[in-house]
Amino acid sequence: MDGYYAWMLVATAFVLVMTVPALALFYGGMTRSRSVLNMMMMSFVAFAVVGISFVLWGWSEGWGGDGVGNYNGKLIANPFDHFGLHDISWGNYIYVLFQLTFAAITAALISGAIADRVKLSSWLVFLPVWVTLCYYPIAHNVWAGGWLSKHFVALDYAGGTVVHINAGIAGLVLAIIIGPRVGFKRDPMKPHNLTLTMLGAGLLWFGWFGFNVGSIVFTPDALSAPGKFSSQFYGETGVTFMNTTVATMAAMLGWLAMERVLHGKATSLGAASGIVAGLVAITPSCGSVNLVGALAIGALAGIACAWAVGLKYKFGLDDSLDVVGVHLVGGIVGTLMIGFVGTVTSPQGVDGLFPVGGNGIFYGGNGTLLGHQAMAVLFTLVWSGVLTTIIGLAIKYTIGWRIDPDAEVDGIDSDQHGETAYDFGGHGGGSLSGSGASLGAAAVATSVSTSKEGALA
Amino acid sequence: MKQITAVVKPFKLDDVKAALEVLGVQGLTVSEVQGFGRQRGHTEVYRGAEYTVDFVPKVRVDVVVADGDADKLVQAIVEAARTGKIGDGKVWVTPVESIVRVRTGERDADAL
Repeated sequence: MDGYYAWMLVATAFVLVMTVPALALFYGGMTRSRSVLNMMMMSFVAFAVVGISFVLWGWSEGWGGDGVGNYNGKLIANPFDHFGLHDISWGNYIYVLFQLTFAAITAALISGAIADRVKLSSWLVFLPVWVTLCYYPIAHNVWAGGWLSKHFVALDYAGGTVVHINAGIAGLVLAIIIGPRVGFKRDPMKPHNLTLTMLGAGLLWFGWFGFNVGSIVFTPDALSAPGKFSSQFYGETGVTFMNTTVATMAAMLGWLAMERVLHGKATSLGAASGIVAGLVAITPSCGSVNLVGALAIGALAGIACAWAVGLKYKFGLDDSLDVVGVHLVGGIVGTLMIGFVGTVTSPQGVDGLFPVGGNGIFYGGNGTLLGHQAMAVLFTLVWSGVLTTIIGLAIKYTIGWRIDPDAEVDGIDSDQHGETAYDFGGHGGGSLSGSGASLGAAAVATSVSTSKEGALA
Repeated sequence: MKQITAVVKPFKLDDVKAALEVLGVQGLTVSEVQGFGRQRGHTEVYRGAEYTVDFVPKVRVDVVVADGDADKLVQAIVEAARTGKIGDGKVWVTPVESIVRVRTGERDADAL
């Protein structure tokens, strides 16, 4: 038990790294140079806002008890029963925090679909409302013994439905409601710094080991005896770590092969994207497939997502950084593939979590598993799709989503944050004005030398 | 006096500089520029979206010389910068009315 507890402390910090800074870097590199700070800020503030809502009412609404769930069989749990972690024991805090990091990255993922054009204030309003209406209820239904899991036993180890399909459909809906960037399909909007994107993708892969491998849930049997506990812990974490690794490698190669065929070149952005597509697809499936299944899921996700990211131009949809093409498509591939390559010899099979009917179709199952997986996908698509539409329209017709079109062309960084990301020009650093003069006596020396430096430059 | 301006491939800059030094040129100005000629740009593909990059990076070398030196220096630049492939750039010569060396106030031929 001590080993597990130590691992969860570390795994939770791993998943924090996925949002701050991995996702921020991955997305930030893909935007134009005049929007990179805003893009990164959308992830940073998402972590803070969602995290606070999580400890106030998110845990109570989603999990609703002092354990891994309350198994009430209903669509949601009561947000006020454990408001502010009331009656939650300290021993459960690390599990609460682990789940908090999942809610935060899910909301942050959506930002890629609406890059470069949204007011920070509107994003800050959207975040707590969206997790309250979409994330916590779906987590409750899939993971914490809610309505869906009572009626359709579906396998989602670490969040193919709850995290990726949920964020993907929300990104699709918001990209439609908010509309394309000024100049979409006319002006060049190519990534400004792919080294940041590759660094972010690598860090995401690193953090994802906490995400997937930390998602182990022990069976009542394992909790009854230390020997059984150790044997589930060692065995299951080995398999989920292995599957997370090999699926991601296969997806990177799958994406590169696909774009070599379609566009003639294997690109660095393709490698980074393939990594994320593979991680997304193995998220729901890392505990329910074997090595061959993981390789197949990864390769298929890489190929499918590489093809899917091209579709937005046909539909005129400005899903700026391909939240739909990578997270929605990858999430659906991973969740449904369990219905084909899921096997009862996997950790979740051994744990007795498969529905009656057992194996995936390729291992002799009768299709029940695939049916349940499809139900979980459909449930998430409909729930999140409908409620995100309502939230998106409500914001559009009240406080509004978009920054001024002129400001968008000039760059959202200076409009929303009063900053620019890069100062490469060797000339005219500017001089300290306004706020510099009001710093007070103690700061005078610094202030003077700074303006001198500015003048010399 | 003449100003020689050469727009050449960036990796040829060192060759051009060396050729000019051999012929006694004592100073020049270099800037990074972008543009296109018959070479046009190239295409890049990001996640399936094809971008035409019209402007390719070049290096611009400016050097001011005495009238009599211009022809042989242009010849030296052309030989140093040539690869034989499209996109090698251009060299042109313009007349210069006067020059002042900032430090001493020397003018024209003395300021070269």
